[in-house]
Amino acid sequence: MTVSAGQALPALRLTGISKRFGSLVANADIDLELAPGEVLALLGENGAGKSTLVSILFGHYLADSGRIEVFGQPLPPGDPAAALAAGIGMVHQHFTLADNLSVLDNVMLGSEPLWQAFSRRRAGRAKLLDTATRFGLAIDPEASVGRLSVGERQRVEILKALWRGARILILDEPTAVLTPQESEQLFETLSVLVREGLSLVFISHKLAEVLRVCDRVAVLRAGRLVAERPARGTSRAELAELMVGRSVQAPTRLRRAPGEVVLDIDQVSTPAGRHGRLDNTSLQVRAGEIVAIAGVAGNGQQALAGLACGLATARRGRVTVTGEALPARPRAWISRKVARIPEDRHAVGVIGDLTVWENAVSERLHTPSFSRFGWIRRAAARAFAISLVEGFDIRLSGIEVPARTLSGGNMQKLVLARALAVGGSEAPVLIVANQPTWGLDIGAVAEIHRKLLEAAAAGAAVLVISEDLDEIMTIADRVAAIFKGRLSAALPVEEWTPGKLGLAMAGTSPDAAEHIDAA
Amino acid sequence: MSELYDIVASSAFWIAVLRIATPLIFGTLGVLLCERAGVLNLGIEGIMVAGAFTGWLAVFQGADLWTGVLVAAMVGALLGLVHASLTVWLGVSQHVSGLGLTLLAASLAAYAYRVSFPTVSSPPTIEAFAPLEALSAVPLIGPALGAQTAMTILALMLVPIVGWTLQRTPAGLAVRMAGENPAAVEAQGLSVLAVRTSAVMAGSALMGVAGAFLTLSAFNAFFFNMVNGRGWICVALVVFASWRPGKALLGALLFAAFDALQLRLQQSSGLLPVTLPYQLYLMLPYLLSIVALVVMARRAAYPQALMKPYRKGER
Repeated sequence: MTVSAGQALPALRLTGISKRFGSLVANADIDLELAPGEVLALLGENGAGKSTLVSILFGHYLADSGRIEVFGQPLPPGDPAAALAAGIGMVHQHFTLADNLSVLDNVMLGSEPLWQAFSRRRAGRAKLLDTATRFGLAIDPEASVGRLSVGERQRVEILKALWRGARILILDEPTAVLTPQESEQLFETLSVLVREGLSLVFISHKLAEVLRVCDRVAVLRAGRLVAERPARGTSRAELAELMVGRSVQAPTRLRRAPGEVVLDIDQVSTPAGRHGRLDNTSLQVRAGEIVAIAGVAGNGQQALAGLACGLATARRGRVTVTGEALPARPRAWISRKVARIPEDRHAVGVIGDLTVWENAVSERLHTPSFSRFGWIRRAAARAFAISLVEGFDIRLSGIEVPARTLSGGNMQKLVLARALAVGGSEAPVLIVANQPTWGLDIGAVAEIHRKLLEAAAAGAAVLVISEDLDEIMTIADRVAAIFKGRLSAALPVEEWTPGKLGLAMAGTSPDAAEHIDAA
Repeated sequence: MSELYDIVASSAFWIAVLRIATPLIFGTLGVLLCERAGVLNLGIEGIMVAGAFTGWLAVFQGADLWTGVLVAAMVGALLGLVHASLTVWLGVSQHVSGLGLTLLAASLAAYAYRVSFPTVSSPPTIEAFAPLEALSAVPLIGPALGAQTAMTILALMLVPIVGWTLQRTPAGLAVRMAGENPAAVEAQGLSVLAVRTSAVMAGSALMGVAGAFLTLSAFNAFFFNMVNGRGWICVALVVFASWRPGKALLGALLFAAFDALQLRLQQSSGLLPVTLPYQLYLMLPYLLSIVALVVMARRAAYPQALMKPYRKGER
């Protein structure tokens, strides 16, 4: 993966691309080139304009100004069909696949004239198997996409582009949904693609993998291209600073001896629901410690989170908080100072169309502080909301705006502030945080982590459920992996390596993992 | 029980089944096409009224019968375009738009009828489709087929045609994908708007034809209320059919069989020891449809993007 200097014709040349959404400048005058056979990283925080830029490139959006050339030929704007024809393929972050259809259907869609009375499936299938063999991406063409693993689906998404003859492949946050092992496989695939002559644009905000797989890094910030660097010779610290625009202080861990057991989940099983189940699972979280649960989505994390904050009940086994079994009413748990940070802030964390102050009091609307004779005490509620906004430095234009207008980081800070205020003037006893920093940028992540670490230091027991191994390694005292509703032993974080954790997340026991690490 | 057997074994029963099923087959295929592309079309009830009226009017004004069918199809497609522009282009609630379209189309048809025939007391008639007696020679099902018109044969032929189109053609794949994940359609370089609009227009054309069958084949005149909820039955039959044309045919025939059976049960007094109110017999097909629907819908695989508007560039 090296750049041969002085290429006459770049694979891709963007000139002066600008795009505004209302008053928001998503892309401002971006110039970028991609050499043939090069792997270019497009790095930036959420909202920096990475996705907008590649959406323009692929024709999902129409740029306000600027031009795109592919191998010297101008690309007609706003037309995905033209982008495909020019050899641009895109692996979307949210896969563009239909679960109920076969792999072959997904691949062949749109490749034939629509008036044709039949589809040339046999030829299409042969070509798919051919492509799969050439690039080492084994797949069953007739398999229904819904039955494939996440890694396999991504493979289909890549094969779709290759089948259409892509020479430039754009990968939008391709590792966001993968386990470490699956990521490794992806990186191997990427090197095969480059060997076969493709040029790649790799979008990410994970610095380590960017430095590992890319030749060159382009950093976007607030819609502008702020830096271009060869990957060799730059560092994570430099890139992080370029992304955020200031130096980021990673939160420091404040260690203290864990206190008594707060959350005690004892041999619990839950019925299989839409979001997985738990199978004879035990876990203890002590006061003052952060226990993190690592796992690929859908292995029972939601069941565990629901159980730990009173939203779900166990079919077998026992759950106690400070030695007491609480009734299966979320309100009872809240009044016992159990704080909850739900997984999806948009769907569950806030009610988007209600104002910020209404959301701020929504968990404690029934308490005398905020309601009297069935009427909301609006002044008290507003004062409370303002105290949260000030205490957590939530940036907004006022507490009367709908919560959905907040940025991801500020919305999550609102959720966190509300959760941590659960004990009133006292600290919460237990904090259950499910994917607390999902989709947030580095700055916001650091702030959320700092707040969680402070809460633990103040004596709260903290249960963090996360798919982000960096996050787990940063804040957790003990870590357990969850796989198919079963938890591995919760070992101190120092005893885990990312490889070992990845294997445990895939269901291999840590002991077996140790052998693999040794071998 | 022998009386029940006599009813079911008679060719008159099966003649009635096919005749009752025909508009349901057209209509169900129409709803199925729309929903496979991700658009619920509750305009069907009104589109059927409009198709029944315009098809009949064209023939009454001197056009031949097939032209009447074509006019009904085109009116259906046009109303489908209205629904598509509201729901597909503007992303309006598909329930609201569909129900609005039903009210609009049915009322417009009634209004146009009143304006066209301000003074008649009994509905004017036309020369309807004649039965295809040549088909009586077909073994076994000949007696039932011979009493049907060309429109019933067309409906039966459409089932495999729609099935083939959906499963085996590039256009059918695009329609199914638009109903499963419109973002995938866009990512493969096709226009979601075009695919969904075409599917809704084609489906609505079939709904118009379903209406025309009533005035051009089943009867020879246009009455108010002649569609009488058949459109809603089609919407339910699509769920019953799990969005598959072959099962849609089965569902239409099943419903028609219950309907034909209840008509005959009302007339045969000897079957039950007590006399039941006739309304109970009228309920029978609907009751059994609900039961069948509950049983079948439990494992129905909805098109994943059904009723989800797609806006380009949004996640």
